[in-house]
Amino acid sequence: VSSKFHNLQEMQHTASLVTKVFIQRDYSEGTVCRFQTKFPTELDNRIERALLEQTVKTLNSYYVEAEKVGGQSYLEGCLACATAYIVFLCMETRYEKVLKKISGYIQEQNEKIYAPRGLLLTDPIERGMRVLEISVFEDRGSSGSSPSSSMSSCSTAR
Amino acid sequence: MKSREYQQIDPKALPTPSQSPPPHQHLAVGGDGRKEPMTPRRKWEVFPGKNRFFCDGRIMMARQSGVFPLTLGLILVTSGLFFIFDCPFLVKHLTRCIPAVGGALFVFVLITLLQTSFTDPGILPRATPEEAADIERQIDDTGNTSYRPPPRTKEVLINQQVIKLKYCFTCKMFRPPRTSHCSLCDNCVERFDHHCPWVGNCVGKRNYRFFYSFIVSLSLLTAFIFGCVTTHLALRKGLMFALQESPVELAICFFSVWSILGLSGFHTYLVASNLTTNEDIKGSWSGKSGDAVTNPYSHKNIFINCCSVLCAPMPPSLIDRRGFLPADEPARASGADLELPNPNTKSDRNVVGGSSIWSLTCRNLPLIFPCS
Repeated sequence: VSSKFHNLQEMQHTASLVTKVFIQRDYSEGTVCRFQTKFPTELDNRIERALLEQTVKTLNSYYVEAEKVGGQSYLEGCLACATAYIVFLCMETRYEKVLKKISGYIQEQNEKIYAPRGLLLTDPIERGMRVLEISVFEDRGSSGSSPSSSMSSCSTAR
Repeated sequence: MKSREYQQIDPKALPTPSQSPPPHQHLAVGGDGRKEPMTPRRKWEVFPGKNRFFCDGRIMMARQSGVFPLTLGLILVTSGLFFIFDCPFLVKHLTRCIPAVGGALFVFVLITLLQTSFTDPGILPRATPEEAADIERQIDDTGNTSYRPPPRTKEVLINQQVIKLKYCFTCKMFRPPRTSHCSLCDNCVERFDHHCPWVGNCVGKRNYRFFYSFIVSLSLLTAFIFGCVTTHLALRKGLMFALQESPVELAICFFSVWSILGLSGFHTYLVASNLTTNEDIKGSWSGKSGDAVTNPYSHKNIFINCCSVLCAPMPPSLIDRRGFLPADEPARASGADLELPNPNTKSDRNVVGGSSIWSLTCRNLPLIFPCS
């Protein structure tokens, strides 16, 4: 079996997607961007609840920071209005800065926590902020529950 | 055998979110399974809504531009006539400030008009097929075993009020609160206000502040021009004479000014109460049904409402017009790259570490599949 993975290409060929799990938006606080912290049952045996909850809570806090209406955003709004909003074309907005931080955070989480467990988070901005998409890959440790042809091919190759 | 299995995986692999036909002829498979697109296409080229794009996706409008050229023409012509005919006289007889103020207002009006028309109003991209399937599964799982079609509304509690979210059949998702589907543009727009034919675009979350600035500054500009023209006529010929000579033009101007001022006033009321035109027209929060419904989005404070509508941080565009289409299935190496920001994607959003996520996944795959 170890000879199966003698190059990256074969690994790419055999790693196949089982399913995608979607964490939906939580609208209980209005239209601010917030994701549900309810743990999806499909991930029960793939990842600890606390880890996923922590990720979602951190993401939610980032979005709160991005959308915060306070003294600073008021000043920025007035300044932008005074310049007929041309500054939006020249400067990076606060939201965009926070989105970059979020992107970096998701990458870091993927590296440290999710990829080792056969999961991959997709940045919500790639999905129009509708969902937090978690891709679930084949877990060789558990019995294959999905009828994937690659599973059968791998087992026959073994 | 290996290559056949590899091909069997690919149809199961998830399709691209866009509706583009797989451009086989465009793509050459690279040595490591990644593709080098020969003619990369940007996402705006396959955008499913009824919109028009210019400058390679930087500028967008509704497909029906409505009377936008008329709006632009009227503003340019009226201001042009003002500068040509009235300004010289008034500069000589009154003050030099008049063309300065007029000029500043005119520039402001033009810029805000163009920004309203050319900005993405807050379009929500349509759900990917996997999301749509997941939602369908959830709807069907709610114990509906009869032959009736499953309910297509979802109730959420916002600030202790029950709000019904409707399912959009075109975009295949439950619309977030305050989102509405514009039939003219065929898009779901966040915080949908209305579709304005005068600016040739929807007015929604992202361009409402431009729209509001536009109508306020336009009412100031029209009032200013009207005042200057009346002054000019009065100084030159006497007001009564002017009224007798050209009553029709003056009447048209007078009513135009008042209609735009009225619109500004109406939208000021909407901003102060954090309402949209859509909600106001439908009477969503007026309690027509008899229940004590109040606007759950209002902060109950005029100043805070104005701030949150006009001075909130500018949200990003969700439709990524200028990103490149992701790699397509046949040459796709595995399911692993489907969720990754495509290394070829040059998104304006600067998705950080796109190609590094790809490489990290490949690095981590040995961890997922321990060799025994």
